[in-house]
Amino acid sequence: MIGDYTIGEFTSILAMQGFAGLILFSVFVLMALGLAIIFGQMGVINMAHGEFMILGAYVTYFCSQFFSAYLPGLFSIYFFIAMALAFCASFGLGILVEWGMIRFLYKRPLDTLLATWGLSLILQQFYRSVFGAREVGVTLPEWMLGAVNLTDIIEIPINGLFVMGLTIIITVAVYLIMFRSGWGKQVRAVMQNRVMAGAVGINTKMVDRITFGLGCGIAGIAGSAFTMIGSTGPTAGQLYIVDTFLVVVFGGAASLLGTIASAFTISQAQSTMEFFMSGSMAKVLTLLTVVGILMLRPQGLFTLNIRR
Amino acid sequence: MLAVDNLTVAYGESEVIHNLSFEVKPNEIVAIMGRNGMGKTTLMKSLMGIVPTREGHVQVGEASIDGMESYQRVSNGLAYVPQGRMIFPSMTVKENIETGLTSTGDKTVPGDIYELFPVLLEMKDRRGGNLSGGQQQQLAIARALATKPKVLLLDEPTEGIQPSIIKEMARTLCRIRDEKGLSIVVSEQVLSFALDMADRVLVIEKGSFVHESPREGIDEKKVAGFLSV
Repeated sequence: MIGDYTIGEFTSILAMQGFAGLILFSVFVLMALGLAIIFGQMGVINMAHGEFMILGAYVTYFCSQFFSAYLPGLFSIYFFIAMALAFCASFGLGILVEWGMIRFLYKRPLDTLLATWGLSLILQQFYRSVFGAREVGVTLPEWMLGAVNLTDIIEIPINGLFVMGLTIIITVAVYLIMFRSGWGKQVRAVMQNRVMAGAVGINTKMVDRITFGLGCGIAGIAGSAFTMIGSTGPTAGQLYIVDTFLVVVFGGAASLLGTIASAFTISQAQSTMEFFMSGSMAKVLTLLTVVGILMLRPQGLFTLNIRR
Repeated sequence: MLAVDNLTVAYGESEVIHNLSFEVKPNEIVAIMGRNGMGKTTLMKSLMGIVPTREGHVQVGEASIDGMESYQRVSNGLAYVPQGRMIFPSMTVKENIETGLTSTGDKTVPGDIYELFPVLLEMKDRRGGNLSGGQQQQLAIARALATKPKVLLLDEPTEGIQPSIIKEMARTLCRIRDEKGLSIVVSEQVLSFALDMADRVLVIEKGSFVHESPREGIDEKKVAGFLSV
């Protein structure tokens, strides 16, 4: 007996909360991947990252509306189209923002913090004016609803499995792009030494623009996934930005593996503790632990051992 | 091959390079000698488009590269080995060389680069940051050669390298010039190294050339006088 629960019930609770944590983990990973790429490469702290995510969520919402109204026959696969569109929308907006604002601020990294924060306020008000202040939720196609019953008590939601599968595919894709493609090589070269990358023939401005777009695009996909665990509103993205930064810093900004590991730790800790205490206490404990570990290891969990 | 005409470079109000003009012929190795702070690195950086040029014209072959970005200068045939080597530390040796392929569009590293620097083939999967100084220097030269340049710029390649390797580097650079038929501009403080390889020596002082001499019949004492502190 643990508290009021039997051992069996207790493990079931852990398993289910753990699984709920995995969905949160997926959103964290998708958000943090984009943020880590942008922060790692350009040193730009993108405070508007959450709003790029919400753009993806709105695109998903409108897709679901559109398909249920005009193409009900294709409703069961609308989610895939929505994800692609969410990526494109956030990617496009990202490119536009880089071209219109960020590129003037590369030499002033602290100012990007202010500028992107301003951008996030503008975007929030834009969403509020255009899409309305009310929160909206998407209708999921039939096959994503329901749950798999593992035992009598343990239930695993299908949409959760779907989001996780999606996260794995995107993480692998990002890994391949960054570490196995010619373009990824250019990105890493710019990341390590912008001036020298230019002097070996890399068009650094182009690389910057597309990388920023890519990071935002992944946030758009995160937004698609987000619609399954929360309702979409103009300010919903803001709730996630702090957690995502925490994930990036905790993991070590230059490491993909670190980002994944820290997203896992933080989301699991958060989700498991939430069951046993109030949400805010869970957050406080998570933050305290992370702060403690960062004091011992300021460079984050994972770092590369090389001579600088 | 490289023609610099009336080049003036300034950081803000302070002018560092004053109306410099010089030419480098095909297959020629030119050494630019001078003490610290005389403008060697600034000259190199402005040729690469890293530091903006205030006035003057630069031509590579027939093409004018005035006002171009670094990467455009590279596709026009300039390659750069900077002071301190500046390799990409967390990328492997192979990846470092491959970054130079961006402007040529090649997919694989040409074999003759590994022929020149066999040690890089041995270490191709090591991270660049874990190589010794001399190896990093070779890597930086290999990376520059991967862009198939017409003119190779080297900024103080001997800095922080042990004397035995300096000798070898002079031989390698001459070999590169002979095999690939490119022009080389090297900025240096070490006179013996310059005399080992250069066809012509220019001495820069406070942003202007004060002495020029072909290697044959060079007045070593006079040049050494310019270099002593």
